[in-house]
Amino acid sequence: MHIPDLLPRLLQGDRRALARAISLAEQGGSRARDLLAGAYPHAGRAHTIGITGPPGAGKSTLVNALALELRRQKRTVGIVAVDPTSPFSGGAVLGDRIRMQPLGGDAGVFIRSMGSRGRLGGLSRATADAIALIDAAGFDVVLIETVGAGQGEVDIARTAQTTIVVEVPGMGDDVQSIKAGVLEIADIFVVNKADREGADKTLRQLRSMLHLGGPPEDGWEPPVLASVASNGQGIPEIIADADRHAEHLRGAGFADAHARTAAEGELRAAVQELVVERLRGAAWDALVAKIAARQGDPYSAAEELINSL
Amino acid sequence: MDRTIRVLVAKPGLDGHDRGAKVIARALRDAGMEVIYTGLQQTPQMIVEAALQEDVDVIGLSILSGAHMTLLPKVSQLLREQQMDDVLVVAGGIISDDDAATLKNVHGIAQVFGPGTNTNDIVAYIRANAGVARD
Repeated sequence: MHIPDLLPRLLQGDRRALARAISLAEQGGSRARDLLAGAYPHAGRAHTIGITGPPGAGKSTLVNALALELRRQKRTVGIVAVDPTSPFSGGAVLGDRIRMQPLGGDAGVFIRSMGSRGRLGGLSRATADAIALIDAAGFDVVLIETVGAGQGEVDIARTAQTTIVVEVPGMGDDVQSIKAGVLEIADIFVVNKADREGADKTLRQLRSMLHLGGPPEDGWEPPVLASVASNGQGIPEIIADADRHAEHLRGAGFADAHARTAAEGELRAAVQELVVERLRGAAWDALVAKIAARQGDPYSAAEELINSL
Repeated sequence: MDRTIRVLVAKPGLDGHDRGAKVIARALRDAGMEVIYTGLQQTPQMIVEAALQEDVDVIGLSILSGAHMTLLPKVSQLLREQQMDDVLVVAGGIISDDDAATLKNVHGIAQVFGPGTNTNDIVAYIRANAGVARD
């Protein structure tokens, strides 16, 4: 498939072109930038919803259930599922599709698995690009499943319009719930596996944690919902609140603020990538060797390189 | 720029034994590849659709049920229909030498790895042959 054909086919919703375009974005480089530049003006219509939470909380199962419900409502769904890349081999086992088998064979659903490829924030470098491409291909909703998140993987809040934080019963005491990090980024809390013992207590702790903070600045009070994703319980309520949140963003003008924050993140990432790509070469290698031998420091070396641009 | 090799590992048909598939997935991961593991009981349609969405270079099919002469040619046929002939298809499992020869000569399966194959040989084969036909 030739690159110039990719963009028009992608914009018509051609699935193979979309798949190939995402690979190109993951690879990076000037061909990827040309493609993304062409697709970018056509994106921005989809509602982007991030799903994050600890490993084993049921994120993939929840994404599957949310997608099934969205399909019942006749909305098309793109899914980006990120799993960790091995820091040792650079390889990865991407297993999120296992829980999404019920979505197979539906032309209104497109699922893409991505390795985190060295990124630590719960997403990969190209995740935002993949979302933009799926958006440009015309999908109504994009669900983004992060790497199993601990406490600090908060990139998703900048990338997605609506962030859902998934917890499960019995994870830590009530001090866990006032720590900074993942719990601060939720627009919607979901306590999944709510048929398990301790679900009520977890729901209570999350609600009281939210009340400790006083009224939220942006006027959005994150709802705390219970679900059993494996049997669909609580799923329509989550979709309803996600829709309500999108409406809130639009109504209060927060969507623009969110778009600016996201745009700044994307610009910064693009500048970093381009600058590093331009600077790599003999001078770069020489400076790396000098720094490794403690004959130079990375800060002066960075300045020297930037000044040479 | 070096591209990461992406491999879909799938279990077509009804057998429930995926230890071999998991061993392969792990070995390919350790060789620096991205492995998309789709789980058990996949139809040829599901496998080809997943391969399309994931834009993989390789499909690895693990099959122990004896239904390989039905299911594997079907995967190849669907790939041809989708003009995805550039995807390398390899198989592993309990497949007789005669069947393996037919799958390779007639049905577009690039290589068949029997029980006892060293995972290093599979890694080397995929490295040498993945993405060769891709533009």
